[in-house]
Amino acid sequence: MKRLFPILSVITAVLLAYALNQALAIVQIPGVAPTERTMGDVQRIFYYHVPSAWTAFLLFMVNLVASVVYLIRRNPKADAVAVVCAEVGVVFCTIVLVTGPIWARPVWGIWWTWDVRLTTTLVLWLIYVSYLVLRRFSDSAQTPVLAAVLAIFGALDVPLVYFSIWFFRTQHPQPVIGGGGSLDPRMWHVLLINWLAFCCFAFLVCWSRYRLEMLQREVEEAHALESLVGAGAVSAKASMPLNRSPR
Amino acid sequence: MNSIKYLYAAYAATWIIHVFYLTTLVRRYSRLRQQLKDLGKK
Amino acid sequence: MNLWAVTLATLKKDIRLEWRSKDALNSMLFFSLLVVVIFSFSFDPTAEESRQIAGGLVWVGFLFASVVALNQTWARELRNQVLDAYRVSPAPPNSLFLAKALGNFILVTLLEAVMAPLFIVFYNLRAIGPAWQLIPIGVLGTWALVVNGTFFAAVSIRTRSREIMLPLLLFPISIPAVQAMVEATRIILSGDGAARFWIVLLLTYDVVFTTACLGLFGTILHAE
Repeated sequence: MKRLFPILSVITAVLLAYALNQALAIVQIPGVAPTERTMGDVQRIFYYHVPSAWTAFLLFMVNLVASVVYLIRRNPKADAVAVVCAEVGVVFCTIVLVTGPIWARPVWGIWWTWDVRLTTTLVLWLIYVSYLVLRRFSDSAQTPVLAAVLAIFGALDVPLVYFSIWFFRTQHPQPVIGGGGSLDPRMWHVLLINWLAFCCFAFLVCWSRYRLEMLQREVEEAHALESLVGAGAVSAKASMPLNRSPR
Repeated sequence: MNSIKYLYAAYAATWIIHVFYLTTLVRRYSRLRQQLKDLGKK
Repeated sequence: MNLWAVTLATLKKDIRLEWRSKDALNSMLFFSLLVVVIFSFSFDPTAEESRQIAGGLVWVGFLFASVVALNQTWARELRNQVLDAYRVSPAPPNSLFLAKALGNFILVTLLEAVMAPLFIVFYNLRAIGPAWQLIPIGVLGTWALVVNGTFFAAVSIRTRSREIMLPLLLFPISIPAVQAMVEATRIILSGDGAARFWIVLLLTYDVVFTTACLGLFGTILHAE
């Protein structure tokens, strides 16, 4: 298991480099993305903007599943998975919200547009940032339950958000960022390869964050145990912070 | 072409954000390791 | 124990207690008034565009006033350890939630009853569309804010900085409801189109989140 991480890191790095090349056409190997007709080379932002969005949504869905599992089973590992996916999801979501306007500006001349996808992404970002703030500000005994409930509320909200903005847009049309219409099959291929690369990258980041989370919990338990020993509630021999069986 | 700037800005921004996040992870990790070591010593 | 009996009893108790010391109520009413006045200074009421944005102004005003009201929802319970008593009592937790939500609904409606006439006066508002539709919009919109607000107030009391935590949690989740309220009000005021979609969306939002709040309040109450 320990060797898997470095091996996966190398594979991911290669994938990312290959995907980057296919997106930017740095080295002209077969399968590189062609230049888009109307938008030009700026359109290549698409190959980073869209996979980041898909990865963020995927992570948020895993967070939802982990939250529900936690509420049903109260398994602390499920809670750890939830917080990990939320945090990494927010990182990817931030990238979507940053690359979106950077793309919109040269193409449409505006920084922002209240189109369905970008606005829904913004609301998702807000919901999950509030999730992370809740986790930080609440007492660690209740945090997992409160956070899991918030995740469920967020999940119920998103379809309503999407629907309401969609209807609003049919009444007040505005430019759509992210492009509509059909895609050249070579572009599809580059898009998917970038998504695969970012999924692997996200997996590795989540894995690292998960290890960090477990370490954090270990330290918290050690602190708690130490204060109990100090108060005389537990004998020093019974508290061995570094010698516990894995949960 | 002027808009190429935006293309590079977007790709750079993506990786800057990722690197920033990974740096915070590394820093938190080393801080926790240090805390654990201190607790073990006591 | 009968859900409705306990709910009504709790609600009556809350109203009685609130009525005895009207301090909190009076300061909230004054705050609502201030919000309307500040908005009137910031967004020129005489301009023609005001009719277009009045829907937004009214509901944002209501939103801020309701946050002030919602923040004190559980204050009394916290002071007297009532929540612990509730946890061990046989009363269904939903009755506590419903009582609080209904109490807040009455309170926020009262605040809106103060603010709405002021908005109408300052902005010379006239409903060009079917004015009666403003009633379901008002009721459904207020309930949308209050039901989630009461729930998140309960979540926030277990956090540091609980006063800021409530709007922080409430606002993102409320976005579709606020958009619906604002759009529907704008349509009625300017007579431009039909508000039916937005009213249905508000109704859907209310049903979804009332169910979620009732379903998950017990979990929150017992989270320890």
